[in-house]
Order: sequence, then C-alpha cells, then structure tokens
Amino acid sequence: MSEQVSARKKEKIYDPRRYRSNMPNPACAGCGSPIVCGMIMSALEELDVIDKAIVVVGVGCTGMAFFGTKIDMAFCAHGSSPSVAAGIKHANYDDAIVFTIQGDGDCAAIGAGYLVNSAARADKITVFMCNNVNYGTTGGQMAPTTLLDQVTTTTPGGRDSQSHGFPLHVPEMLSTIQGVSYSARGSVSSAANYQRTKKYAKRAIQKQIDGEGLGFLEVLSACPVNWHMTPGDAAKWIDDTVMKEYPLGEFTNGQTRK
Amino acid sequence: MGNKLFIHGYDAVGYGALNAGCRHFFGYPITPQNEITEFFARELPKRGGRFVQTESESSSASMVFGAAAAGVRVMTSTSSPGWGLMQETISHISMCELPCVIVDVQRGGPGQGTTRHAQTDYLNATRGGHGGYKNIVLAPSSVQECHDLMQLAFYLADKHRILTVVLADGILIQIAEYINADPIEYDGLPPKDWALTGFGKKDGRFDQIHSTRGLIPPIYKTVVEQLHEKYNRISETEVRFKTYEADDADLLLIAYGYVARCAEEAVNMARSEGLKVGLIQPVTLWPFPYAVLNEKASKGSRFLVVEDSMGQLLEDVKLGVEGKSRIDFLGMSARHVDGELGMIFPETIFKEVKRLT
Repeated sequence: MSEQVSARKKEKIYDPRRYRSNMPNPACAGCGSPIVCGMIMSALEELDVIDKAIVVVGVGCTGMAFFGTKIDMAFCAHGSSPSVAAGIKHANYDDAIVFTIQGDGDCAAIGAGYLVNSAARADKITVFMCNNVNYGTTGGQMAPTTLLDQVTTTTPGGRDSQSHGFPLHVPEMLSTIQGVSYSARGSVSSAANYQRTKKYAKRAIQKQIDGEGLGFLEVLSACPVNWHMTPGDAAKWIDDTVMKEYPLGEFTNGQTRK
Repeated sequence: MGNKLFIHGYDAVGYGALNAGCRHFFGYPITPQNEITEFFARELPKRGGRFVQTESESSSASMVFGAAAAGVRVMTSTSSPGWGLMQETISHISMCELPCVIVDVQRGGPGQGTTRHAQTDYLNATRGGHGGYKNIVLAPSSVQECHDLMQLAFYLADKHRILTVVLADGILIQIAEYINADPIEYDGLPPKDWALTGFGKKDGRFDQIHSTRGLIPPIYKTVVEQLHEKYNRISETEVRFKTYEADDADLLLIAYGYVARCAEEAVNMARSEGLKVGLIQPVTLWPFPYAVLNEKASKGSRFLVVEDSMGQLLEDVKLGVEGKSRIDFLGMSARHVDGELGMIFPETIFKEVKRLT
C-alpha cells in the first residue's frame, strides 16, 4: 500500500464527519437508525465507493439521518425504493453504488412486492432494512415484523397470529430467491453486534461492487419511544427478546446464477 | 426529409422516443399498448439502452422516477387501469419536478372496463392525483403526431422539469399510416446538473431529490407556491391547438384524439353542403386553450363537443366559454354499436351538426 493511499484511508477512518452536513440529527434518543446510517457511511468509505454512492430513502424515520449526509439522495414513494434504486442504477449504466435504506414497514409490508421482484430480477442494488418491530414514524402501530403478543397501538391486546398474522422473516425469505447474492441479519444493540453487522454491511455492498444480484441486510434497531423503554432497556430487549424471533447471521453469501 | 415509413401508432411512439434520445423504458404489459412495450424490448438493447419488464405499473413508474432523477430521458407506457396504478408515483414525480414521459393509451373504463379504445381518462390526466399538481398533457390525433408529439413531450419535460403525459387511445395506437420519421430540432435545454450520479462525477457536489420537499428548507408553502408559479408560466407559454375551417365558422366542433379525425371529416361533409362549420382541436389538454374558445364565444360561435366519453373534455370547454355561448355535446352514447367496438363516426357527427344548424 502506497503512503498516499494509506494516508487517504486514515483520513477517512478518523474523520467520520467528512460527509456529514450541519443538519441536526432528527432521531429520538436511543433510536437505532442514525447508528445504521453512520455504519453504512463508514462501510462505503472503507470500500472506497462513497463518491459513487446514491442512497434511496424510503418513507419512515429510518432514512432521515441520511438527510444530513453529503451524498446523492432520492426520497421516493412509500415502499418503492428498490424500483427507484434499480432505475437510478440503469440510468447510470451500472456506474454507481445504489442502495436503499428502509424500515420494516416500508420494506416488508407496503414494499414487499417491490422487494421480492427486485430480488428476483437480480437488480444490482443493496437494500438495508431497519427492523424496529413497529411503525415508528406514525406512533407505534403493528408492523409485519411485530412479535407475537407484542402490544402496539393497533394490537392493544398483543399481536395474535390468527387476527394479525405472523412475524415476517425477510432475509430468510430472500435467501430462497436466486437473484439474491447476499442476505443477512445484524443488530446495532451493542458494540460487538455493531462490529459484526458492519462486516455484513461491507459484504452486502461488496456484492454490488462485484456486479452480483441484490444484496440485503436487515438490522435490528431500537425504537425506545414507541416501545416505552429507556434506550438502555430497549437495547437489552433486542438482545434478550427480539433476537429469539430474529436470529443474527448470514443466510445467503454467494454469487447469483448467471 | 425522406425517412418515410408506413407504421402503426405504437411504432410511431417508439421511433419518436428514440429520435428524442430516449434510451430507457420500464413497462408492464397491458392491452391495448402491449406493442409499445414490445417495441422497446426489441429496439433498446440494440442501441445500448435499458429495458425492464416490471412487476406492476407502480414499479414501472418508480423506475421512471429513479432514472429521471439520474438525469436520462426515460419513459413508460400504459393503459387506463395501469395509469390508475401510477398515480401515486406521478404525484411524487411532480413534487420532485422530475422530467419524464408517460404514454397513456386510453381504453374504456371505469374499472377493468374494456380493452378497446375510449377517452375516459381525460379528467384524471388533466387534473391529476393526490396533492394538487399539473402535468403537461399532449393529445395526438394521427400516427404522425404520435411520432412528433413524443419528441415534443421529451423537450417540454426537460425544458420545464415536469412530467409530460401523451394521452393517446386504442385506435390511434393500433392504426397504420404513412409518416415522416425524422428527428425534430429543438432549442438548447438547461443542463441536468442536479442529476444523481454520485458526487465523484460532480466535483464533490451532492444533490438531494426529495418528495418531502418542505420538511427541510425552503419550507412547504414556498415549495407549493414555486410549483404553481411554474404551472402559471407553462399555462401562459405552452398552449397548443389546431384549427380547421374555423375562421368563419358559426358552429365549432371541439374534439381531440381519434375523434378529432372523425370531426375533421364531418367538417368536410358540412362544408360540402355550405354549412359554416369548423374544428378546434386542443393539442395540449393541459394547459388547455381556454382563451381561443372564449374569443370565439365572444364573437358568437356555438360549440359542439365531441368525445368518446360521457363528458370530460366538455368541462374544460365550459370553463373556456364562460357561459357566453351555447354548447352541445355528442358523447359515447353516439357510438355506432353498443359493444366495446363502438366508435363515433363522421356520419354521426355530421347528422348532429345538421340537426343543430
């Protein structure tokens, strides 16, 4: 490694504010989404593709932290991010790193059709889904990922499988689709989980750099305000309870069939 | 000159888009526009372009949103039920002021309706979906115009950073005529320096294309006012219409699309019997040529609106005439047969003209 390159890398690693504007952080205390934003930004820097990066932000709190980043961004209709990202990728004739940042409602409820078909088409994009097991922006309603018996504002007696359906396991589902090159679930509930999940994020983006089909990473993310917990309790609840339903790990890590 | 082709309306749409430099098409099959989608599936890969068959019209419109945000000329094409599905994204495209083109080949509605021609999307296309926005709407009435107005559509879209809708119908798209398939030269356009390409290609400049404009400055009311200032500017400068034997006409037919061709023939029949009948054919359905109708009404002309619906264009004619003159209506009930194949023929229009004069 030349001195110049090494100096560049150091500069990137040690200056996390380089690509951040002075816009205030819009998230509630203890929210996981700004952590995910920072994780993706540093993954893009370390892979040296941040100058080619374009983020597609879906409707919800999840992507709002990206409003304060200095990269190209599109904010589109609820759920449609994978199609918008694919359109951007085609328009740049593949010479761009295009990723989406979506919530579990955006990605797995209203956007499930877009996501599954984008995956089947092996679109050359990366999808990041923050899973906080409820609808954060609208005030804590049931999401497709809400746990059984979990109380939300639209499941006041707890989620009942026969009335409200079952929790949806998105990366497991995507791992059955041939167009998907990478599918994993991580968490930002602790420093150790963060480091592990950042590795997943880099692998997911690397697939796009290599021209492989859709890469997907779900990140378990806290929503203390709507869970009515302190940030500390929320992180503990992810580790103790949410992970029982949603185990961390990689479900697909390979090449899409040509 | 000399690039003369005998082609269908669907291929004219395709060649018009190619002549405009469009190399991106995302679409979903729906009758009666399938041949447009198939044209691009066949022709774009040969030219280094990108074609994707999507899973729904919602997805087509979303891919158009993305590609337009990245600065290329991009389009999709659909028919009425698919047009309905696209409304959500069209509103987002309008908020983000993304230049692109959508062709709606009207078929009979409401609902699944028929797979044949009709003119029942007029109000939806000219008034739009949720949130209060405008799209430029162009209405071809021949295969030649299918070709030419596609090029105009891309030019106007880029000139004003707006979605341009080409509102055709099942008959125009499925008939074949001789056309001159030459590219049309337009004035220079502003550079798309806001396009999403990654900041590395823009000397470090980054852009945010927001459908939540107004959440961050400039604030919401300012954004809405700026949008409407643009709409007012377009209303003042981009109105287009055609007239036929209209100068001395006591009775003016108002029609667009395939019905305008039938109306033109009806004018010929009337003139051959010495009746002072003419035709005003709006080419831009939005912005609508209200002023010319108002002027004709002030001079004493009467109007007969002919359209293949139960009365949608009629509403704009009423707005233009402002009660200054009599307006009669000949609509879908005048079709020659009751089934989905029914059309409003020149003879029917002529009969109505004779009854009124």
